[in-house]
Amino acid sequence: MTDLPQGPTAHAAGAPAPEVPTSDVLVSARGLEVHFPIRSGGALRRTTGVLRAVDGVDLDIHRGETLGLVGESGCGKSTLGNALLRLVEPTGGTVTFDGTDVTALDRRAMRALRRRAGMVFQDPFASLDPRRTVRQTVSEPLEVHGLRSGRQERAERVAELLELVGLDPAVAERYPHEFSGGQRQRVGIARALAGEPDFLVCDEAIASLDVSVQAQVLNLLRRLQRRLGLTLLFISHDLSAVRHVSDRIAVMYLGRVVEVGPAAAVGSAPEMPYTQALLSAVPVPHPSLERARQRIVLRGDVPSPAAVPSGCRFRTRCPYAFEPCPDVDPALQPVGAPGQLAACHLHGVVGRPAGREDAAAG
Amino acid sequence: MSATLLEVADLRVRLRTPRGPAEVVNGLSYTVGRGETVAVVGESGSGKSVSVLALLGLLPARLATVTGSARLDGEDLLTMSPERLRQVRGPGVGMVFQDPMTSLNPVLTIGRQLVEGIRAHGEVSKAAARERAAGLLAEVGLPDPRRALDRYPHELSGGMRQRVVIAIALANNPSLLIADEATTALDVTVQAQILDLVAGLQSEHGTGVIWITHDLGVVAGIADRVLVMYGGRCVEDGTVDDVLERPAHPYTRGLLGALPDLASSDDGELATVPGVPPAPTDLPPGCVFWPRCPVRSDPRCATEQPPLAVVGASDGALPHRAATWCEEGSPR
Repeated sequence: MTDLPQGPTAHAAGAPAPEVPTSDVLVSARGLEVHFPIRSGGALRRTTGVLRAVDGVDLDIHRGETLGLVGESGCGKSTLGNALLRLVEPTGGTVTFDGTDVTALDRRAMRALRRRAGMVFQDPFASLDPRRTVRQTVSEPLEVHGLRSGRQERAERVAELLELVGLDPAVAERYPHEFSGGQRQRVGIARALAGEPDFLVCDEAIASLDVSVQAQVLNLLRRLQRRLGLTLLFISHDLSAVRHVSDRIAVMYLGRVVEVGPAAAVGSAPEMPYTQALLSAVPVPHPSLERARQRIVLRGDVPSPAAVPSGCRFRTRCPYAFEPCPDVDPALQPVGAPGQLAACHLHGVVGRPAGREDAAAG
Repeated sequence: MSATLLEVADLRVRLRTPRGPAEVVNGLSYTVGRGETVAVVGESGSGKSVSVLALLGLLPARLATVTGSARLDGEDLLTMSPERLRQVRGPGVGMVFQDPMTSLNPVLTIGRQLVEGIRAHGEVSKAAARERAAGLLAEVGLPDPRRALDRYPHELSGGMRQRVVIAIALANNPSLLIADEATTALDVTVQAQILDLVAGLQSEHGTGVIWITHDLGVVAGIADRVLVMYGGRCVEDGTVDDVLERPAHPYTRGLLGALPDLASSDDGELATVPGVPPAPTDLPPGCVFWPRCPVRSDPRCATEQPPLAVVGASDGALPHRAATWCEEGSPR
């Protein structure tokens, strides 16, 4: 049911695994839900349905690891990242951050906790205020959290942060438009690191960058993680990049984590049919491999998160769907490699019967 | 390979910008055969999009100076009259751009936009055009095509919209399809569907395809031939196997090295190409890649642009060429 039984193998895939006990969970979601009401356009704005952006997610993020979160557009991966930091309010379930139930905190306590969690956004042009200098942008979190008192101290910290992300501290008085995309993303990362966070959510942080610059930013993130002991949630639709940076990978489909496990296992031997199809569609830059490859082409489009299929939510497109799929909502269960979990009846029918409205796992 | 459909020779585009003249395309020559797919790869600012907009007369004449020639079935697109260009472009060339929301009219139904495209270039009744429109939507894999005809772009998902744009581009069975980052914004599963679709139509109709992308994985899957652009120039071209498996230009090597590999569990540092591409208003003297080149050593690098020259032996019918001064390059 949960993603707890990880044991010491959780980091098996990660190259040099950080020197921390792997059972140490920093961020944990249980039965996490973010449902948005769908309102009619009329004057009365009646609620006509529910959009299940995140719909019963169980997920643990271990201290010091990079967890890659993949899935197609609309699967709820960004909403999940936001919900973990309560940037959107969860409508059900819990989020625990370092032992504290985040969902129960008041605003003031939440603000204190946010210092420990940073966020790097997709579009570094849109996420930086064009009228503020790099120094103003990077020092804002310091002011908000009262981290460095004097102006001088803050300036020193900004210089330190800029150096950390590979920028010349002399650029502090420049404006975002004076930078290239890659440099802007470095500024975004510097800002996210200002509060000395333990946890960093990177939401499509490299999606808008050119290939050669993507590599620079990926390398930077890995170096920073090792140096600062960060825990990273790396949200991306780019499976190759996720495979490269992640210790473990979680796959989302229609608001639910449907497979999670060590990066090598999920990336090379996925057990959930959706993960298999997703991976088979990723083109690789080797003509001989591409010509030989067999793609699993899925039928139809992803169902609307306002009309989630009963039972297994992937069954409408699954090439292996069989009797229990419409009736039982599959739970994550151990499959394949140690630490690998998949929600699929092919590995034994485990889960709760469908039919109950609002079936929340957890 | 096959009969030549498009022959581009010494294409040059200069744009007037607030920061001075920008040499966006600097002497591009290539051909596209019938049924052939030519991939144009490069990063933002490399001139790949502008080079095809120039072919089709889609750059504002006030700002752009285009020279060279581009013969489609023998007729030069760059010198023909605007009316003639419209006649040729509509039925002869289909175009798909990256963002389907900006290429569709938000206030017209999908059906109206498709029918308009079909009727603009042929004597077809409205009913017959509508019939054909529904058929096209079915061909691009849109569920429930008849209902889709009456829907507006905002009612469709991104993948569906892009399929509509492709249907419009294919409406008149063009002999040439130009796709500019057409699948970049789409999910990989939808991308796979669309690549399959284009390949199918291509083998059926012998359509020549220019596929502009930065995704070398896509290139590996669909291209016969690859042209790598950097700083407005072609720095390497050849068969897809030659360019991707035996890259000769340091830039192409850098691009391939910078890609995380899905198939490998090696998760060390990625190779990077240091620095950023040059601005077209401020191209370096000498080799255009020189300021970022990890293997520069020849005295000519800083002073003289290397010509595209044949490198090594090619197993294909096409020569494998690269514009670099470094012999054999560095080991990779």
